[in-house]
Amino acid sequence: MKPALFEYSAPKTVAEAVALLSHDPGAVVLAGGQSLVPAMNLRLASPSHLVDIQHIDGLRGIRVEDGRIVVPAMTRHRELELSDAVHAANPVIREAMAHVAHVPIRNRGTVVGSLCHADAAAEMPMVLVLTRGSVVAEGPGGRRTIAAEDFFQFHMTTAREPGEMIVEAHFPVLPEGAGAAFDEFTRRHGDYAIAAVGAIVGFDAAGRARDVSIAACGIGSKPMRLREAEALIAGTPVGEADLAAAGEAARAAVSAPDDMHATTAYRRRVVATLVRRVVGRAAQRAGKGR
Amino acid sequence: MRRPRIATPTVSSDPRAPVSITVNGERVEREVSVRMLLSDFLRHELGLTGTHVGCEHGVCGACTVLIDGVAGRSCLTFAVQASGHEVRTIESLASEDGALHPVQEAFQECHALQCGYCTPGMIMNIVGMFEEGRPLDLSDEGIRLALSGNLCRCTGYQNIVAAVRKAAETMPAG
Repeated sequence: MKPALFEYSAPKTVAEAVALLSHDPGAVVLAGGQSLVPAMNLRLASPSHLVDIQHIDGLRGIRVEDGRIVVPAMTRHRELELSDAVHAANPVIREAMAHVAHVPIRNRGTVVGSLCHADAAAEMPMVLVLTRGSVVAEGPGGRRTIAAEDFFQFHMTTAREPGEMIVEAHFPVLPEGAGAAFDEFTRRHGDYAIAAVGAIVGFDAAGRARDVSIAACGIGSKPMRLREAEALIAGTPVGEADLAAAGEAARAAVSAPDDMHATTAYRRRVVATLVRRVVGRAAQRAGKGR
Repeated sequence: MRRPRIATPTVSSDPRAPVSITVNGERVEREVSVRMLLSDFLRHELGLTGTHVGCEHGVCGACTVLIDGVAGRSCLTFAVQASGHEVRTIESLASEDGALHPVQEAFQECHALQCGYCTPGMIMNIVGMFEEGRPLDLSDEGIRLALSGNLCRCTGYQNIVAAVRKAAETMPAG
């Protein structure tokens, strides 16, 4: 199958790209194309205009600064995955990235592109929510920062306004002393997750959990924090009973209807198990009991 | 009763753009439809039919080529996106005298193909992996993970795993 007709532009600046996007509501950004082009080949998407941003200066080069990892829009998945500076700043990124499609896709696909595509089962949007990150949008009205939880609104729907372009994503570094973990369940490696869970857990001097963040994807219409599970872990020593309680609480967050891969009831069980395992692993990595 | 014929347009509304791509070391320049996929550009414009087209949505891996030295799906890349970049296809591997690349040799020796449809994509992915220069995990699980983006319907993968291991002996990473 081949894509439908479209206009193509390759602007050299963000301002030009924003002007093109503002001019045509059917225009979309083309970065790595690893989600957009399959959708176009299948004619699930037929944008009127593609704005190829690969020639824009300043959209490359990951930086770790001011407590966050700054990921410009043309950063490929593989680049973020292999960066040792990123791994030192927040190891959950590399752990999650191993589950994103396959290497040839990660070689071409961009991180910000995946965030903008906002598939409800995709890993990187969930990692942005988990780390409480944000994206930076440039539009006709200027520049604004959007928190991850506000950015993801629904499956494949974000708070990006027509005419806006997401120029970078910010993933906060792991809090000092905290541990992080990520795991997911799929039928085949590289598929979108039936359910995936990420966790960040730190401990205070008395051995009580703090800086707790737990997030999931694949379970509803967007990636989400599991706030009830977080509340059940915070302040505890993260023992077996605490993990089991958090897992049980996470079941209620599942809203995805039965589909060809799993029933809702099955997804609830998967999420409960993943929360127990992943939060436990994050706690161990935080050096609990040392 | 005869209806009047609707006038058909004489000029295509399909926008075109010039592209300049280095393919297998040779610079090629064409003017193509902006919606032409790199896979179609290689096959139809250049006649390089070694790059196979399977699913055309990035799942099967048959169309894998090296773009700027790393494996990528030519069916998920527009030719216009590849303009100014370097592309290598399966045709670049064997030398002029017909001597096979070590990965091709290993595939032949291990009988790692039957119909051969997936083979060019498999081999380009593996070559990209070797050329990345990172240490490879040559356990069965590690090789299967590396090949997880390439589907084969004939072999059951056993002999492909063996071929990757054999190629690694003759062609150490880095």
